[in-house]
Amino acid sequence: MDGRSQRTPAELSGRAASLASDRRAARTAARRAKTRRSIAISTVSTIVVLGGLTALIVTSPGWPTVRETFFSWPAFKESFPDVLRAFWLDVRMFVIVEVIVLVLALGIALCRVTRAPALFPFKLLATVYTDIFRGIPTILVVYLIGFGVPALQLTGVPTDPVVLGCAALSLSYSAYVAEVYRAGIDSVHRSQTAAALSLGLTGGQAMRFVVLPQAVRRVLPPLLNDFISLQKDVALVSIIGPQEAFRVAQIYQGQNFNFTPLVAAAALYIAVTFPLARILDRMQARERRRREAALA
Amino acid sequence: MTAVLELRGVTKSYGEREVLRGIDLIVDENKALALIGASGSGKSTMLRCIDLLEEIDDGDVLLDGEVITDPSVNPISIRRRLGLVFQQFNLFPNMTVVENVALAPRRAHREPHQEALAHARELLARFGLADREQDYPDRLSGGQQQRVAIVRALATRPRALLLDEVTSALDPELVGEVLDVVRELKYEGMTMVIATHEMGFAREVADEICFLHQGMIVERGRPEEIFGSPQRPETQRFLRRLLEGRRL
Repeated sequence: MDGRSQRTPAELSGRAASLASDRRAARTAARRAKTRRSIAISTVSTIVVLGGLTALIVTSPGWPTVRETFFSWPAFKESFPDVLRAFWLDVRMFVIVEVIVLVLALGIALCRVTRAPALFPFKLLATVYTDIFRGIPTILVVYLIGFGVPALQLTGVPTDPVVLGCAALSLSYSAYVAEVYRAGIDSVHRSQTAAALSLGLTGGQAMRFVVLPQAVRRVLPPLLNDFISLQKDVALVSIIGPQEAFRVAQIYQGQNFNFTPLVAAAALYIAVTFPLARILDRMQARERRRREAALA
Repeated sequence: MTAVLELRGVTKSYGEREVLRGIDLIVDENKALALIGASGSGKSTMLRCIDLLEEIDDGDVLLDGEVITDPSVNPISIRRRLGLVFQQFNLFPNMTVVENVALAPRRAHREPHQEALAHARELLARFGLADREQDYPDRLSGGQQQRVAIVRALATRPRALLLDEVTSALDPELVGEVLDVVRELKYEGMTMVIATHEMGFAREVADEICFLHQGMIVERGRPEEIFGSPQRPETQRFLRRLLEGRRL
């Protein structure tokens, strides 16, 4: 008989427990050390890269001039209130356009996926619409609508450049967002529709209660991405006249030969797109966790 | 005895491929008919054709003596009288369990919302799912999901229930709880067409077995006849292979 078999079960389990706790402590310590090391490495790397970039810019021969024309505090102080006021127009424009786009694009997407024969002309129109407006640069759409529609001299049709600019952005962005919706609708498995139909729902009800809710949830990230893009594209409306932030900053720049107001305007555009970008990141992370949890 | 479902010379092809080749079938009230046969023999397609999810090429399907495959018949009104349960459950992931069950009574049968919910809760409780009614389907085990899917099909009080391999997507230890539900329904007199690979279950629950082979019913009879002394070589081969598979 060897030594081990002579121990009582209680002794054995006690020994196993203390052994296990030793192992556990060692592992925890190793994990902590690893975490500390990663944090240290990422800190050093960040300092080196950002510091290097800053040094590169600050020591460049043109930096004193650039600092004067792009980052001038007096010019900033003078122009910022006006740029900010003008930016309010941007905010109003993109909020209104976003709402219009959400609704219009959904309608277009539904027209594109429908199989109802009565809606065939709408399906055709929707297809032609998305093809055309995705093909034309947004800046051209703004230009053509902004100058073309007033030239028609129709009574009752608005000639206000802000309204026309919003209309142009809505037309252009609805084409993109309609395709996002359509991709979402296509991504919902056909068996979901079959299940809804087998329960006696109509095709429309299956779309409304089963397919669309799933489709919209799936395309929320690309949808928000298009909205981030729209929030800065409102600046394109300036080419037909409205005095929004970019335009006002440009007027200052033209008067003083100083680009600081444009940098201020850029900061404002970033300020509104940044929160949306963070929300988007968080939504994507949550979606990934959800999918992984469902697979586990 | 009255026939609830009847198929007369039903054929169905996908392009060149003939999936159903002249199916004749009668399911009487309170009876359960089991469809057995290899994968691809046409069991699922037959159920989908009965529920009018697929259009048949020739022949007729009758529900309570009415030809439902006539082009003038509105398929939506027919589907409201039948229940279909899928192999992959197909619960709606955007709704809770109780909303899944109450959806069709509310939207297709125009029941008031509260009534539909109350009835759904009652049904879920009856099948031991009361504690899961507020969960989303992805929180449930496969067996629970399939039980919910059966309850969802029952909620519209169907004339007959069509079960399409309802245990084939389940882990083996979860098959039993789903079969218990079907047993219970049989006991209550539900008229059913059951496509299944569970031969023991088919033998126990079905009043009649139909063996499908390449889109045709090559043999039919009472369970003890089909399983005890199959006459056709195709049936014998199919059952022998199943037995060999079980032994492995």
